[in-house]
Amino acid sequence: MSERKLIDARGAACPGPMMELIAMLKLIEIGDEIELLSNDPGTASDVPTWCQKVGHTLISKTKEEDHWALVVSRAK
Amino acid sequence: MKRILVIGGGMAGSIVANGLARKLNTELNNGTTEITVISATDKHLYQPGLLYLTFGRVTESELIRDQRSILDKRIKFHVDPATKIDADAKKVTTQSGKTHECDYMVIATGSRLVPETVPGLAEGAHNFYSVEGAKKLRDTLKAFKGGKVVVNVNAPHKCPVAPIEITCMLHDFLGEQGVLDKSEIMYTYPVGRVHAMQPVADWAAPEFEKLGIKSETLFNTKEVDPVKKTITSEEGVTLNYDLLITIPPHKGQQVVEDSIEGAAGGWAPTDKKKLYLEGKTDVFICGDTTNIPISKAGSTAHFEADTIVDNISSLIKEGTMARDYDGKVFCFIETGKEEGSYVWFNYTTPPAPGLPTKAVHRFKLAYNKMYWLSAKGML
Repeated sequence: MSERKLIDARGAACPGPMMELIAMLKLIEIGDEIELLSNDPGTASDVPTWCQKVGHTLISKTKEEDHWALVVSRAK
Repeated sequence: MKRILVIGGGMAGSIVANGLARKLNTELNNGTTEITVISATDKHLYQPGLLYLTFGRVTESELIRDQRSILDKRIKFHVDPATKIDADAKKVTTQSGKTHECDYMVIATGSRLVPETVPGLAEGAHNFYSVEGAKKLRDTLKAFKGGKVVVNVNAPHKCPVAPIEITCMLHDFLGEQGVLDKSEIMYTYPVGRVHAMQPVADWAAPEFEKLGIKSETLFNTKEVDPVKKTITSEEGVTLNYDLLITIPPHKGQQVVEDSIEGAAGGWAPTDKKKLYLEGKTDVFICGDTTNIPISKAGSTAHFEADTIVDNISSLIKEGTMARDYDGKVFCFIETGKEEGSYVWFNYTTPPAPGLPTKAVHRFKLAYNKMYWLSAKGML
């Protein structure tokens, strides 16, 4: 498993955290992980919902002081 | 002598090179600075114009000029693409076997379409993100007698508002052709709303509903069957189509992916304010090539280029950086019915597009002509 990739999408208006996550998932190997940082309020629910729908693995979801940190593993 | 090497002759590279030529006019003339641009092509394409080419609003020749004519005469220009970039040594090797060394490097190699990464997409779908693609789609649309059109969007892609624009303009076009009542437009998008920017989605969703345009969000393309004419998502939805128009997934250039450490997908790791290649202070990344979580758009390239011009010229003249990039992006949005809007934002100001007007649409058409002044570093 490669080193976890970081997407710091705090303050990112476009294309936004979800699109950045989707794009990065295509570039990593199955089993590799991405940590997504986002202060967009929808991200905390959008990412877990989408992961469940598509079949990727949500490793963790943590609320920090001013943002969310989500770790997703590519499952397929 | 200070040598500046710009890799890439598209919008970003041209604005950087020409901007530096203007700022370093004295240094270029007295020979203490030299600017070189290397590119894979001798032509410069105004990419936002491809949307208009698709609907026959412009001709191909209006969108293309010789790259040599865009660049300041004093800039050395070679049509000789980079095959290896050594950011540590600040040296580039090119296809012809030449090497270029420099004191400041700007990597502005842009992005490329990779529809082949989705099974069946290249075979089954049209796209308007190239001259050939736009012309082929133009000809197909002229002959279209009605049916189900799917406008399919994949991540990542450049020109974030283009999906909304093509859909709105397509609706107009089908109406003008008299086949709108025999057609259905279905718009698919990767995230859970019709556009990544919430304010744009807030405008577009009710507008689509008013126009009878259907949408399927959370749709990430898994495969296309060009024979059965179906498109299927990772989320398990399959749609039929008579005509499939895609905004295909993109990647950065292979040379960037192969040469730069950490450049997954060909997107170079970039400091979001300084625009340095991460870990460097004399190698800059500009335009689509960055991995910054920001729009891959012409305006992004333009504002980043302006920042790099100010910084490199300040480094040469005064030994210090001038300013940070503030994340500014400004995009016109063609909304159909000869109307348009625009959206701008930066790292600290969120987007807040206005309602569409005819005046903004006309200004966009005017900008399409004025673009060449931007490419020459004058606007």
